[in-house]
This record gives sequence, C-alpha cells and structure tokens, in this order.
Amino acid sequence: MRAFARLLDRLSLTASRNAKLTLVRDYLTQTGDPDRGWALAALTGALSFSAAKPAGLRKAVEARMDPVLFAWSHDYVGDLAETIALVWPSRPGANYEPDLSTVVDALAVASRAEAQVLVEGWLDALDADGRWAMLKLVTGGLRVGVSARLAKQAVADFGDVAVAELEEIWHALTPPYLNLFAWLEGSAPRPDAAAAARFRPVMLAQAINDAVDFVKLDPADYAAEWKWDGIRVQAAHEAGVRRLYTRTGDDISHAFPDVVEALRFEGVIDGELMVMRGGQAAPFGELQQRLNRKTADAKLLAAFPAGIRAYDILADGENDLRALPFRQRRARLEAVLTRYGSERLDLSPLEPFETWAALAARRAAPPPGDPARAEGLMLKRWDSAYLAGRPKGPWFKWKRDPRLVDTVLMYAQRGHGKRSGLYSDYTFGVWRDEPDGRRALTPVGKAYFGFTDEELKRLDAFVRENTVERFGPVRSVRADADFGLVLEIAFEGLQRSTRHKSGLAMRFPRIHRIRWDKPSRDADHLANLEAMLEIMGS
Amino acid sequence: MNSRETLLCPRPAGLYCAVGDFYIDPVRPVDRAVITHGHADHARAGHGAVLATPETLAIMAVRYGAQFAQTTETAAYGVATSRNGVEITLVPAGHVLGSAQVVVRHKGVTFVVSGDYKRRSDPTCAPFEPVPCDVFITEATFGLPVFRHPPARDEIGKLLDSVAQFSARSHVVGAYALGKAQRVISLLREAGWDRPIAVHGALERLNEVYGAFGVELGALRPATIAGKGDFAGDIIVAPPSALTTAWARRFADPVDAFASGWMRIRARSRQRGVELPLIISDHADWDELTATITELNPGEVWITHGREEALARWCGLQGIRARALALVGYEDEED
Ligand SMILES: [Zn+2]
Ligand SMILES: [Zn+2]
Repeated sequence: MRAFARLLDRLSLTASRNAKLTLVRDYLTQTGDPDRGWALAALTGALSFSAAKPAGLRKAVEARMDPVLFAWSHDYVGDLAETIALVWPSRPGANYEPDLSTVVDALAVASRAEAQVLVEGWLDALDADGRWAMLKLVTGGLRVGVSARLAKQAVADFGDVAVAELEEIWHALTPPYLNLFAWLEGSAPRPDAAAAARFRPVMLAQAINDAVDFVKLDPADYAAEWKWDGIRVQAAHEAGVRRLYTRTGDDISHAFPDVVEALRFEGVIDGELMVMRGGQAAPFGELQQRLNRKTADAKLLAAFPAGIRAYDILADGENDLRALPFRQRRARLEAVLTRYGSERLDLSPLEPFETWAALAARRAAPPPGDPARAEGLMLKRWDSAYLAGRPKGPWFKWKRDPRLVDTVLMYAQRGHGKRSGLYSDYTFGVWRDEPDGRRALTPVGKAYFGFTDEELKRLDAFVRENTVERFGPVRSVRADADFGLVLEIAFEGLQRSTRHKSGLAMRFPRIHRIRWDKPSRDADHLANLEAMLEIMGS
Repeated sequence: MNSRETLLCPRPAGLYCAVGDFYIDPVRPVDRAVITHGHADHARAGHGAVLATPETLAIMAVRYGAQFAQTTETAAYGVATSRNGVEITLVPAGHVLGSAQVVVRHKGVTFVVSGDYKRRSDPTCAPFEPVPCDVFITEATFGLPVFRHPPARDEIGKLLDSVAQFSARSHVVGAYALGKAQRVISLLREAGWDRPIAVHGALERLNEVYGAFGVELGALRPATIAGKGDFAGDIIVAPPSALTTAWARRFADPVDAFASGWMRIRARSRQRGVELPLIISDHADWDELTATITELNPGEVWITHGREEALARWCGLQGIRARALALVGYEDEED
C-alpha cells in the first residue's frame, strides 16, 4: 500500500504527461503481482468500491477523538477522506499493514458491516499517506488526474509495445492482469485477442483550427456529417456474441439491452449512442438517465429508449474493413443499414457541401431537428483508413461556438481539494417576471470553471465582501437591479428540468467572461433562454 | 492570579513584562526587547535595547545591518540576567539556530515563553529543553490534529528517490532562508548526499552564519546558470518566493519541491503548484504541542499565535486552564 500511496500522491500533483508516464511505468517495474495489476485497475477505473460510507467513517473517527476538533479539522482541510487520513490516531503494530491485494481480496467478500471493521483495522495500521490512498480507493473517490488512456500508454511503455496493440486485447483482460504482465515481461505469449465481438481501438478526430487548417484543405477531399450529442460507442456482433463498448473499450452491454438486442447484422459498427424516439434524438440529459447504471429495468427502457446513430463500419461479417478508405466503408455501412436499420439503429446522414464557407454557414445555422442540437460537424477524408488513435489530418471535429448568456452571480460555495478555502462554485441566475410584476433573479445553473487562478482570487474576494447571508459552506451574494456581478456563461445545450425553479438546465456551463463592467440590471432575461430552448427543439 | 497577570501580559506591541519593563518579540519598536529567534516576524529592527542569544544577534545583524538596535546584550543559553529584579533565562527551543525559550521568574512564579519550537532532532540547532513552569506560553502554528509531521528523514528519502527517478531534471527545493534551508541541507548530508548543493544567493549569508557557529553544510555552490542543461540531476535550495519566479524556470525541467509543514495539506501543495511536497517543519506539530503541555503540566497555558482555539479546546478537555491570546503580527506562513 505504501508504494501505491506514494504513486497516487505524486500523480495527483504532477502535471506533465511524461512525468506521469514515468511514475506509472516505474511503479509497474518495481511492484510485483498481483499488486501492480490491482493498482492499474484502480487507475483505469476498472476497480472501484463503495465499501466504506462517509457516514460510517465519520462515526468511527468521532469515536476516537473529540468531534469538535474533528469538525474544525474537516472544515480546514475540506476533503473528508484526507481529513480522516490525517487525524486518525495510528496504532503502529496494532495490525499488519495491508498491501493493495489484501484490501481488494478482503473487500470482495466482505459484507457492509464487515467492510467497516476491516477499514478501521487498516486505518490503525497505515501511515497518513497509506490511509489516504486506502480511503480514496474504498470510497470510490480515486481521482488523480490519470486517464485510462495514459495508464495504458504507461503499460505499453513498460512492455515496449504499441498502445494500439494493447487496446486491441484490453477487453479480453481482467484485473489483476497476470497474463498481461507475463506477456509484457516475456514469460508468456500475448493474451488471445481474437475473441468474438472484441473491442477495436477507435479512431479519433482532431479539433480543427479554423484560422489555419481550411486554407490547406480541399473541400472535395472531405465528407461532412453532424457531430451528435451522445456518447461514442462501438457495437460488435460476431459468432453470436453481442457487445457494446465505450470509446475506451469499457463494456456497457449490460446497461443497454435494448441496443444490443437491435444488433441483427454481423459485424462491428461505430456510432453515437443516444436516446432515440421515432428516429429523433433526445437531448443528452435523457441519455444520462441510462449511463452509469449497471443494469436497466423495463421501466427505464420504456422511458428512455436508446439507439445508435451509425457513422462507420469496421467489420462486415468476417471481413475487417478498417484498411479500406472511408468512401468504401461508408458505402458498406449504407448497404448494411438498408437491410438491418431500425428505430434502434439508424444512419448518420452526410451533409453535402461545395465550399468551406457554405459549410460554415450550415454549422452556424443548422436545419431544424436533430442537427440543431448537434455539437458541430465532423469532417472525414474520403480516402482515410480507420486508424487507431488520433492521427493528424484525416478526421477533424469542428465544434459549434458555444451559446452565451449574461447572468448574475447569486450564491457561491467553498470548493474542495485544490480550491478548499476559496469560494469557487458559483450559482448564477437571470431575470424573470414575478406574478406581481416585479423582476427577480432566478437561478439557472452552476459553474465552477472557466476562470484563471487570478480571477478566482478576485471572485473569492468579491463573494466575501458582498455576502448577504451564510448557510454552511454557501454564501448568498448581493444581487439586485442596482448591484451585482455579471457572469457571461458559455454552455453547450439547454434542456427542460423539473429540478430547477427556472425549469431549465444547462449543459456544460462555464464562465466565459467576468463582466466586472456590466450593470446587473442588463443581464439576460429568462425569456431569452426560453427562446433558445425553442430553437434547440427540446 | 494577579501576580501572574502583571508579570507578563499581552499588549498590542507584544508580550510585556511590567515589573521588568521589557517586551518579548515585540512587533513594533520598543525600548527594551527580548528576542526568541531570528525569524522576521519575531525579530524586528528598530528597538532600543535587545537581549538575545549570540546566534540570534548575529542573524539579526546579517538581516538588518549591524545597527539594527541601539544596544545589544548577549545571553548564552542557561545564563540568567536580571531586569528590575525579574530573572530572565534563555533556554534552547529547538526551532532554528540560536532559537530560545524565554524563562521569566519573579517572586517564585515562573513563566516560560516558548517562542517557536519543535521537539524533533535537528542537526542545525540545540534541542528543546523542557522547563517546569506555572504558565507556559506556547505557539500553535500547527495547532490542529491534522498536522502530524512524518519523520524528516523519510521526506528527504522522498526527495532523493525523485532525484534518482527523474535524473534528467533538476530539483528545486523551496525552503525558508533561515533554518529550514540549512536543515534540509544537513539532512541531505546525513542521508549520504555528498555532491555539491546549489544554493540561491539569498541564502548565502545565513549559511555563512551557520558555518561560523559550527554547523557543517558541506560543499555548496551558487545556483547560477552557465548553459542549457545545467543542474540536471542536481538539488538546488532556494527561498520559497524564488520558486515562482523566472529564476527557477531556468533550470533543466525543474521539479518544484517545497519543504514545509503546510505541505501536509494537499490543497496547499496544489495551490502553490508544488510537484513534490516535503513535509519538513521547524514547528511543533499537534502531537508535539500536546505532549509538551502534558510533560510540563503547567498551572496554565497561554497560546500566542497559530490555531489557538483548537489547542485551547484540547487543554480544556484535559482539564488544563488555557487562554488564547491571539497576538497579532506573527505570520502564519512562516515554516
Ligand atoms: Zn520562527
Ligand atoms: Zn512564529
């Protein structure tokens, strides 16, 4: 646990990608099986527990120390797991220090009550860093700025193989990856990747730079299609096995039985997973109802029916099509969907265009219906083969400019972690007409990024100076027609919501500009947002 | 309790002894001052007469120039002097070179002012000496149970591991110019690091003071850049303020380290952009603060600066009378 704790500790403070790769690679070199495999699983998100509940841990620590001192400590540190790790009175020798695999093995079979006892025993035995790492692991709060892709790259570096080769077999591996490490260290053959309906590493697009790229690109070389607002998936059906994968190879078949059911052709398709009704895509918010769930019951399936909008085909029957140019793959895809297309599986249409200027106009004013809610456009070279990773040139994404709205800061909440102690989470509102005719602010969203550290300091000072009321970690800030801070908010989409008093919810809101200069009375009115909602067609 | 109140009491300028007519670590110019140690918030220039250890006087002269006070008087550790019948003795506090607790005795009542102190071993200064007393006036910089410093040796081990792992990068260690820098260098020597250590210009004169008082720091060289790739694989010690300047970015892909008790809190490391936090402190941590009070078992505890309310609460829970003085003017950030 010590080596793992130190790894997490350093990763969480390391910004450079190369340094992160070095840290993970060296850890894998210096740590034996099965610990390194479990660590890798933890980093890639393949291992997560929710064995220990914050309330149980809080009770355990309050039984060991003065609750007031604990509360002050928590208030100072901000993060509960870190606070417990720091204040827990260690009893060296009380227990033997667990290694990672001890924790994993024990929790795999423990009941909730047993888990609590185990965790308390480990807290006694570990030092502060070990306690922190263990608590982050068992409470499911392990976020140290390492993407699954980076972790895989580090494994590839460790074994001196290409990351695409690793991704091709990744689906067939399970933690603690003994066969993987045996292969990478040369003591066993490569794990079998030829399993039916296996995951194929996906091809990703680069963001286009409007200013430079278009000059160099010939519109005749590219196909354009809308960039749908769902999640990228790969659907495979081979030898009777049907699977649905995320773009990183996570198997999500169990959560989408309706989509899996609809895979009647044999082959592998690349497309966008969305909630779809009668050939119409629903807003992303509806798909969220289905994501991050282990299973789906009949009620959920009926309320949020999902489907795939297909834009590429990687295999048709037993034929691997990835080496073919996009033009030929597209023709195969259209042919397959003519036969097997359904309400749950339809074709992403191409958007014909002659010049970049004409396409830009399309992007700025998309036709009504699904394209109006798209995130922008995708450009794909007609002659591009399907390559793993993010090759330069063949595919571009051309996102739509975000929508902007002027709002007024209403509440601020203290942040956690890096921003503990600073008011960094902002609730903002727009004007609306009350029944009595007055104009009042109504909250429409929350943003906690989009500003620099320097701006954060100024915002924090503004909140402190203009606090009207305090409720725990939240402060209300003076905001009326004569005084208030205008925040220009950028967001990607808008949907109806019953959880917000305004009846609206924003997708991906962030602070675009802080308008220190703008009078609060000139902020936007709810009617403007309602109008946007109309256009977006939800 | 009245004689207690009059022997020492908090005033805006600092702790004041009316009978002896002197202040301890005053934050503004006074006629007579007793100085516990050379950190800038405790030792200020411009007093009339200053009483301190020879090391502290030397440090003040380096920082403020020889004319930092009208007159100075040297008090060696353990040697009592008298002011209007009040006996003053300086005893080691274990904080930095020359740091002292001030023992004030009058008519059978003993006050001990800890100044800043720690209980861990430190090759660069004399260890803290516990003195039984009626009133113990303590600091509380790290007076919260979250502050429990790991062994400094382990933290230096972390640094050396990182130097081995990232041998093409330089490691710039931020450390306060007085005390922490020299302690980090000494700990590196104890751990067997015998290559020359590069030091920022701001540390040179204080390093010399340490050398003059017999603290061996080994081979040091100025951290001045000659060419690209300089200092790859090296350790550079610099005051924390230099870490965020252009100066630090001239080194080969530097790993920013920071030696401070504040590094115990991850958010603090992140706020400062520290890549390698080293939890090395010259202040007593929570366990040292509470163990010292338990050991001394004074009639009363006064708390000068830091997280007074938490330590006062702990004293209350132990049945020890405690009072938070909340003296202003002492920096939270020093360490
Ligand atoms: Zn000090
Ligand atoms: Zn101090």
